[in-house]
Amino acid sequence: MTIHFVREMDALHRSILSMCSAVEELIHDSVDGFRAGREGLSAELAARDEEIDALDNRISEDCLKILALYHPVANDLRRVAVVMRIGAELERVADLAVNIAERSAGIISCGSFPLPERLAQMSREALSMLHDSIDSYVEQNAELARDVCLRDEQVDALNSELIQEVVSVVKQEPKLIEAGLHLFSVIRHVERVADHATNIAEDVVYMVEGAVIRHQQISG
Amino acid sequence: MTDEKSALSVPPSVQGVDRNLDTSSHSAAIDVRNLNFYYGDLQVLFDVSLKVPERSVTALIGPSGCGKSTFLRTLNRMNDLIDGTRCTGECFVESQNIMDPDVDVVLLRKHVGMVFQKSTPFPKSIFDNVAYGPRVAGERNRAVLADLVESCLRKAALWDEVSDRLHTSAMALSGGQQQRLCIARTLATQPKIILMDEPASALDPASTDRIENLIGELCASYTIVIVTHNMQQASRVSHQTAFFFKGRLVEVGPTMKIFTSPGEKRTEDYITGRFG
Repeated sequence: MTIHFVREMDALHRSILSMCSAVEELIHDSVDGFRAGREGLSAELAARDEEIDALDNRISEDCLKILALYHPVANDLRRVAVVMRIGAELERVADLAVNIAERSAGIISCGSFPLPERLAQMSREALSMLHDSIDSYVEQNAELARDVCLRDEQVDALNSELIQEVVSVVKQEPKLIEAGLHLFSVIRHVERVADHATNIAEDVVYMVEGAVIRHQQISG
Repeated sequence: MTDEKSALSVPPSVQGVDRNLDTSSHSAAIDVRNLNFYYGDLQVLFDVSLKVPERSVTALIGPSGCGKSTFLRTLNRMNDLIDGTRCTGECFVESQNIMDPDVDVVLLRKHVGMVFQKSTPFPKSIFDNVAYGPRVAGERNRAVLADLVESCLRKAALWDEVSDRLHTSAMALSGGQQQRLCIARTLATQPKIILMDEPASALDPASTDRIENLIGELCASYTIVIVTHNMQQASRVSHQTAFFFKGRLVEVGPTMKIFTSPGEKRTEDYITGRFG
């Protein structure tokens, strides 16, 4: 193993950690802004999202460079492959952060909509899953990663319940349909954040153990 | 086409190694059990047991001095040629224990051919190089020999490059062509198993590519065991990989598994370049 390879891997690790921090901050700001009903947030988040897109591209290029120049195998290969995938997952989470801010602006423009009480719980859980999936990557902790995967079902269940609630409100108050559609999207976006956290956690299990658990049932 | 450069395009028939080949159902062409090998008092192989699936490629990897070449040479008893060597254990080739002192080693080497690191053409014509083995075995019929030479040169992907100069000296061929000629010469004795000791280590990338493609072709009909120091080559051409370290077989398994998630830390440390 050459010192050049070690340096490249260290630099790659630092880049993906920077991306993790930037994306976590972005999605937190987006969800907090939604809860607080902050206006004009989407443009600011979109600008930060562009920086994250650039970071994603840089990480992809660095991974390809390492694959082309050093031909990593075994745990090194798994790490490079997983960093590429995690970069793509995080980039999608950043997009969702912007989408949530845009939908939030849509709800504000429609007046108001009674927010389901458990939306805050669902958001907390989805963001906590994202945080733990990133921790599992940093700590190379497959056990924590498996735990994240198991928690996705809870978010899925909340997603279905909240959407039913929104549908009930819209049925009773048809004039709220536009705001209801925006809220429906926010709920779906939060649920997708949990899905991306699950994908990251599944990749971490592969990185640590070499076991592919995507598209498989995990027992608790 | 006579020069190496013009021969670089791969014929459509050359498919390379079938990466999806499942060798778990293949019976063992070679079954080595508890093999120990000694150079005088120095033991260099320790209790090695390994099955080589028929019609597939098995790569032997490990740092210099780990015993992989010694192991390879026990498979057709080439080590017998070195004074002071001895071995214990069993090695079954087609149900026969080739360690048995009564085994006819000339016949064994006809069935278990070998290609060396350095190409070793005889200072004869291309035709005579390939016909050498069959002639030694008693074949005198010119038509039969001509057919055999053509067939072997075709299998070794060399025919198109030399068909118009079969009776010129083999020494005038390029390094890559000489190595393929040696493979053709090995095929002429109609072996079931081909042992290759770093067959492409002295060749340029294009010639190496041709040898690797050839290995992919030949393994449909022959069992191939290859020693290589080139990790990428082992991962490209083999179905099964065996990792040797300090005379012991540390791990053997499907190549895909060994190079993505090996079971032993020593294997992982070696193939990722952390030692060796």
